[in-house]
Amino acid sequence: MNWRPDWDGFIELVQILLQKPMRTMLSGLGVGWGLFMIVLTIGSANGLQNGVSQELGDMAKNSMFMWTQSTSKPYKGFKRGRPIELTIGDVEYLAANSTVVEAVAPQNQLGGWRGSNNVTRGIKTGAFTVFGEFPEQQLIEARPLLSGRHINKKDIEDLRKVAVIGSRVKEILFASDEDPIGGSIRINGVNFTVVGVFGSLRSGEDAEEDLQSIRIPFSSFNQAFHKGDEVGWLCLLFDEDVHADSAAAHVMSVLKARLSVHPDDDRAFGHWTVAKDFEEMQMVFSAIRGVSFVFGGLALLAGIIGIMNIMLITVKERTNELGIRRALGASPGVVVRQIMGETLLLTMLFGLIGAILGVGTIEGLDALLKTFPEMEGGSFRNPEVSIDVVVQSLITMVIMGGIAGILPAVRAVSMRPVEAIRTD
Amino acid sequence: MDVLKGIDCKIDAGELVAIMGSSGSGKSTLLNVLGLLDDFDQGSYHLDGMNMKGLSEKQAAKYRSEFLGFVFQSFNLIHYKTAMENVALPLYYQGVNRRKRQELALQFLKKVGLEAWYNHLPNQMSGGQKQRVAIARALISNPRVILADEPTGALDSKTSNEVMELLKSINKEGITIVVVTHENEIAAQCHRIIRLRDGQIENE
Repeated sequence: MNWRPDWDGFIELVQILLQKPMRTMLSGLGVGWGLFMIVLTIGSANGLQNGVSQELGDMAKNSMFMWTQSTSKPYKGFKRGRPIELTIGDVEYLAANSTVVEAVAPQNQLGGWRGSNNVTRGIKTGAFTVFGEFPEQQLIEARPLLSGRHINKKDIEDLRKVAVIGSRVKEILFASDEDPIGGSIRINGVNFTVVGVFGSLRSGEDAEEDLQSIRIPFSSFNQAFHKGDEVGWLCLLFDEDVHADSAAAHVMSVLKARLSVHPDDDRAFGHWTVAKDFEEMQMVFSAIRGVSFVFGGLALLAGIIGIMNIMLITVKERTNELGIRRALGASPGVVVRQIMGETLLLTMLFGLIGAILGVGTIEGLDALLKTFPEMEGGSFRNPEVSIDVVVQSLITMVIMGGIAGILPAVRAVSMRPVEAIRTD
Repeated sequence: MDVLKGIDCKIDAGELVAIMGSSGSGKSTLLNVLGLLDDFDQGSYHLDGMNMKGLSEKQAAKYRSEFLGFVFQSFNLIHYKTAMENVALPLYYQGVNRRKRQELALQFLKKVGLEAWYNHLPNQMSGGQKQRVAIARALISNPRVILADEPTGALDSKTSNEVMELLKSINKEGITIVVVTHENEIAAQCHRIIRLRDGQIENE
């Protein structure tokens, strides 16, 4: 006989397993628990990862932030400790001379965290961070538009006094039923017209910061606040195929050459790349996932060994029955298949129950977290398990169940039928 | 240890033969060899003209399934299966489909007078009934030979006679039956008696 779906055989197996329901339950418990733990730990690890990833928001993975500091090495007649400052000219030079940069968005900033009130509208005032930026900023950190529009190229060229405000700014400066678009706000004594309102894709404090900021055209910013052609810092988008580290090194070498900084001076510029952060996070999470796999796997292994043990006992207890079956024409192959089938059925049934309970728990946790809005923005959110992980664990379990069945099955046919029948 | 020491005998198709002997005489071993449940070291055993020496377990299972039916002293029914399921079991190993199996099982239960008990578990039946279920199970695969090891050993004399009557009627249909027994009144109902002593045939 070959392997085929054998309904009769299946009924036979169920009948046998129901013989000793308590034992079946207890032996299946180990495997169920193992799978439950795997699903639960991986789900939790994913929740942690989702929570942390959310904090990065929708920032492009190939983006980089760069600012200037002071030199740490004397070079070309300059002493060490010279403060480096960037100008629009430097940015244009960089864009023209770099092979890896795809977009450059210089930014300037006014006010900041817990700054004094700097924005007014009639009798309403607020302390907000004001950024002068280029339209390219959207490529690097996307902000969802709630109404109106973003800063565009024409705003920059025409030095328009326009502003795009965060939704929190709107709440503070405008009445709830008021349309902010077209409204006028006063930033450090200069009037700007609101052309758009944006939200945030980030969470927690990061989102709050976003929502309490005001974005105005870079050129208008520098004109209104007397910054000349100064640039506070650069946001860059580099070629996706280039590694973050080498992109950063390249950009800095271009700027070092232009600004007469020693090529080995690591202190003149500071930088931060999303990819680098992302990579480190990925490493932490694969470590967490690895650990959960190991522990879940050990639980599963213990479960499987439990099943093997129970099957060995079952086979011993049923020696007589198996002898009778062989006298009635069951070949050793059929007996082996029967024992393997029982082992597999036991493993799969309880593994599946464990997996379902695990997924259920994760989903329940997810639902529970959603009912607590104050948890929103925490480092643990949307715990989830991909169907891949569940399927992989189930397959692993089936393979291990198969291995666990070998010894009992071999034991079952190792005795001659005559001895088996004689055993009581 | 040598149990059988040179058995030379021939049982013809359609015979009803008793094997007798005191305990330890080797009569059960002989039956097990005949039933392909046990191996033998020397000599040859021909079943239906085929040599059964050195069969693999798989082949032995095939021959058991095709040629042989077993009846045991302790009935050896599977305790968690109903009468019908027990009777149908040999057909399962022959790959007969479920419906056909149940149909035949009922037919054979009827033959032993127990069709009304088809849904009963062995522990709900008397010894005589259990043995009749076991006989129906031995018959269902349409064997050439039925090997019965002390079939009445656990039964009172009345049920013993009923079982023997059943075996005799089956024998009349042309099925060869070999009965191991130590009861003279059982052996007396057979065509021929082979008496064993210390692993050898004492007389026939």
